[in-house]
Amino acid sequence: MDDNDQSIFEAITELLAPFNSDNVELKPETDIARELNIDSVAVMDFVMEVEDKFDIDIPLNVLSETHTITDLMNVVKERTKA
Amino acid sequence: MPSKLLQKHARIAERFQRMAAMGAIAVGPTNEQILSPTRAIINGRETVLAGTNNYMGITFEEDCIAAGKRALDEFGTGTTGSRIANGSYAPHKELEEELAGMLGRKHCIVFTTGYQANLGMIAGLAGPRDTVFLDADSHSSIYDGCTLSGAKLVRFRHNNADDLDKRLSRMDPDEEGGKLVVVEGIYSMLGDRAPLDEFVEVKKKHGFELLVDEAHSFGVLGPNGRGLADEAGLESDCDYVVGTFSKSVGAIGGFGAGDDEMFDMIRYASRPYMFTASPSPASVATSIAAVKKLRAEPQRRERLAANSARLHAGFKDLGLQLGCEEVSPVIAVTCPDEVSTIAMWNALLNAGVYVNIALPPGTPSNVCLLRCSVSAAHTNDDIDLIVELFGKVVATGVHLAKSA
Repeated sequence: MDDNDQSIFEAITELLAPFNSDNVELKPETDIARELNIDSVAVMDFVMEVEDKFDIDIPLNVLSETHTITDLMNVVKERTKA
Repeated sequence: MPSKLLQKHARIAERFQRMAAMGAIAVGPTNEQILSPTRAIINGRETVLAGTNNYMGITFEEDCIAAGKRALDEFGTGTTGSRIANGSYAPHKELEEELAGMLGRKHCIVFTTGYQANLGMIAGLAGPRDTVFLDADSHSSIYDGCTLSGAKLVRFRHNNADDLDKRLSRMDPDEEGGKLVVVEGIYSMLGDRAPLDEFVEVKKKHGFELLVDEAHSFGVLGPNGRGLADEAGLESDCDYVVGTFSKSVGAIGGFGAGDDEMFDMIRYASRPYMFTASPSPASVATSIAAVKKLRAEPQRRERLAANSARLHAGFKDLGLQLGCEEVSPVIAVTCPDEVSTIAMWNALLNAGVYVNIALPPGTPSNVCLLRCSVSAAHTNDDIDLIVELFGKVVATGVHLAKSA
């Protein structure tokens, strides 16, 4: 992980903390909805926080293909490029 | 061993069994008999209904029932197909004209259910090159309509016009597709209204098409009963209106309406309209009679507003935490947790009042709710009884759960 990846990872895990009521250890390969056992609405609420943190749009359509923290980091990188 | 496909619902099964073990069948008790818009026999006893969305108390009107029976005699029990394949029945067109007249809109399309009205309208309007902006607390039918449309979906914070503004500003200016914003007149869980004036300001700034789902507000709000846009005096700023017959109209079905010259093309482009049987003659006929009544009898709205205010004030006096400060016929009490909510719901039913139980993820912000919907057919005594029982069961229950 380079510095940029590391800072995105840290930002995501920080935003994820309030949704992580079981205190699951957060790793790049963590499956957000499944391993944290959070429902679809909570996932969307969390993604909204990510959108605002990075000032990007993450359309809901993208979420069906986004499972792990790494997946989400890739979405953030892709959408902050422009 | 359950089927491999069904095994994924194991968590739902666990939750259901936990509820059932508490003696509560909160996800759907059986009404053994319906005695009136506000009374049913449940578990062998007469129960006051305060969770039916029967806002106008219109399900047992003699003329509506007579119209339904006449339609059964004249048009039969069912239409056995879609209007595209089998053609329309005269009452379908009559209902569309009646609604267009009430709404002051040029065009109206009737759908078979309210759920399909949102699916059909959103998927008929937006396509894969367009973007739909939807309120975070939108009803599932709006989410599902968005999914069906294939449009790009952007969710904005509930009732937050600034947040919508921000998300519209983030859009690529070169994107060529259309933009549709979807809001609701009254949100079904907390009973709050969309701040339509603020959204209209954002509309003037960014330019988009605006759809208002008046499912819980059609017949209920506004000087003409046309919904929130009517109440707010902003109908000309709302491009499309969606509504349902399963609440204030007391039947089943839904509609979409608008003024655009190409509006009717939705009929030939929207799968939830084309590929399902059209609504049954009896349901359409009772809807026509009921819509006429909503237009002719504004006193029903006045009665509903008075009943809603009485229940809202009664709950406030009990110190209950409500979903919304503004009075609407949806009055939801916030409860501490799932277990106590189920227990209180059960105690209310045993005491003779049926309300709705609403739990996450079906609720905003993970709240547990005991949700009442008020009817114009409730008497003052009904309202006072509901307040009294909430005082005994819920005010005490919330206090106990908090101190536990």
